[in-house]
Amino acid sequence: MFDFLISILTSPLAITIYKGVAAILVIFPIAGVCSMAERKVAAWVQDRPGPNRAIVPWVAWIPFLGRFLQRLGVFHVMADGGKMLFKEDSTPGHVNKFYFIAAPLLAMIPALTTVSVVPFGTYFDEAGKAIPLILANLDVGLLAVFAISSLGVYSLILAGWASNSKYPFLGSVRASAQLISYELSMTISVLPVFLWINAPGTTGTLGLARVVEFQSGIWHGLSSASWGGVWFGFLMPISAFIFLVCLFAETNRQPFDTIESEADLVGSFHTEYGAFKWGLFFVAEYSHMIVGSGIFMLLFFGGWNPLPWLPLGSVVGWMHQITGWAFTIHPLFVGILSIAIFLGKVLAMIFFFMAIRWTVPRFRYDQVMRIGWRVLLPLSIANLLVYAIAIAFIQK
Amino acid sequence: MAVIPLERKPLTLAERTYLPQILQGLKTTMQHLVAPAVTLEYPEQRPEIPTGYRGVPTLVKDPNGREKCVSCQLCEFVCPPKAIRITPGEISVDSPNAHVEKAPKEFDIDMLRCIYCGMCQEVCPEEAIWLQSNYSMTGLSREEMVNNKARLYELGGTLPDNHHKWDKKKAAEEHGNAH
Ligand code: SF4
Ligand code: SF4
Repeated sequence: MFDFLISILTSPLAITIYKGVAAILVIFPIAGVCSMAERKVAAWVQDRPGPNRAIVPWVAWIPFLGRFLQRLGVFHVMADGGKMLFKEDSTPGHVNKFYFIAAPLLAMIPALTTVSVVPFGTYFDEAGKAIPLILANLDVGLLAVFAISSLGVYSLILAGWASNSKYPFLGSVRASAQLISYELSMTISVLPVFLWINAPGTTGTLGLARVVEFQSGIWHGLSSASWGGVWFGFLMPISAFIFLVCLFAETNRQPFDTIESEADLVGSFHTEYGAFKWGLFFVAEYSHMIVGSGIFMLLFFGGWNPLPWLPLGSVVGWMHQITGWAFTIHPLFVGILSIAIFLGKVLAMIFFFMAIRWTVPRFRYDQVMRIGWRVLLPLSIANLLVYAIAIAFIQK
Repeated sequence: MAVIPLERKPLTLAERTYLPQILQGLKTTMQHLVAPAVTLEYPEQRPEIPTGYRGVPTLVKDPNGREKCVSCQLCEFVCPPKAIRITPGEISVDSPNAHVEKAPKEFDIDMLRCIYCGMCQEVCPEEAIWLQSNYSMTGLSREEMVNNKARLYELGGTLPDNHHKWDKKKAAEEHGNAH
């Protein structure tokens, strides 16, 4: 009986479920912390102190640290979350109830599913081979991300339509138009990366872990062998730039948030939503942002490698040589180190999102369309052509 | 006046990509990120009230402790949102201020109506009603937000008086120079 229980608890299926739950448990708090950081960064940029009142009584007893955490506003995460949970969750009378409730739930599905194909760290097995930490190491990798994350737009359309009110409806129409037009350029902009890593004669893959592996080379002097250490962001700056702009558009962040622009659409698709249902949209949006930043870092900025030409493997090797401690090459330590580096990069990226938010004013809807179709799309196609020809010559 | 035709220069390529401007903007953003806050954290930090501030209207006494209002009701009349309600009363003959003859029996200012316009202060012939530096009036009920006479004097206190006009009038009367 007991053995049976253990065999169930350690079955591959169960382990996958643990990993999935763990990823969700990480994504949710990060989304919460991001919302808090958003408020705090917004305040700092606007020369105000920002949220700094909420505190848990027994933390208040800790001298200095308690006060510091209070001023930093960390407890407002709980206050906000608690408020969202316990608010009256009203459903307006004029909506289509079933789809109205289904929309926020649908928003969560693509947001959390994409996490499964994004590697977030690595460790080395006995043979020194890098094993990526990933929920599902699929060969279709990035394709799966693109395919699933574009499903997110259905929840917006559904929310806008089910709300049975004109602002949400207009917002969801905008959402579908914007997401479709930017998805094109986004997909085309990453093609050079995969042309490069899928050199003739190798097994083809669209997996993101492979992309990072390609950016883990070391410095071999001024020879072509050193290419491997350069991050793709430096090799293909135009691709990185187009991807970045499209990422802003896809995640509805300023300056591309015409979808939910308060000024002309009240709140767009979530105008009629409140409390927990609104919170789900909110978390979904932040998850998109986190996953998007993660993919951007994996594709163009070396994933969990600290610096160009300085891959994680060398860093760990040096640490082991200098200190001589055995635990520095233990897979657990390496895994945690790689996750920390990767997470640090993602958070830096999210900070960049916030800084842009307070720098660039929102584009008008027609400007968004013009940038998408008349600037980014031709640019990404030209970029693809140039790199395709160049790569054909280099890898001949 | 001569007309100077200005030529509108076409945007350069760098300007049309919009990127240098964004970088410039990011620099400004970063500067503000580290700049100290310019706001006050209100209940703990209070703003400095400049002289001449128009806060909550109050009634004041003169340095001898006489209430200056003579319930002429001009302020009640002029008050745009009709926030003031006065019940005039008489001063009893055995009071040292009997020569002033009138004083308000009731004087209510409804702070839910008051718009802090200062008309009452401007119109008052006795300089008896002043908008002073109190800017924070709060209450939990409508009744609490109506300042009655006692509260108005408590808020107002005493202000210096250079004229003492009623004392002069009394002295003139006693010296046979009444007007
Ligand atoms: S406060 Fe001034 S204007 Fe108002 S009733 Fe008294 S004396 Fe007259
Ligand atoms: S300040 Fe204006 S509104 Fe307020 S009591 Fe005086 S006259 Fe009326």
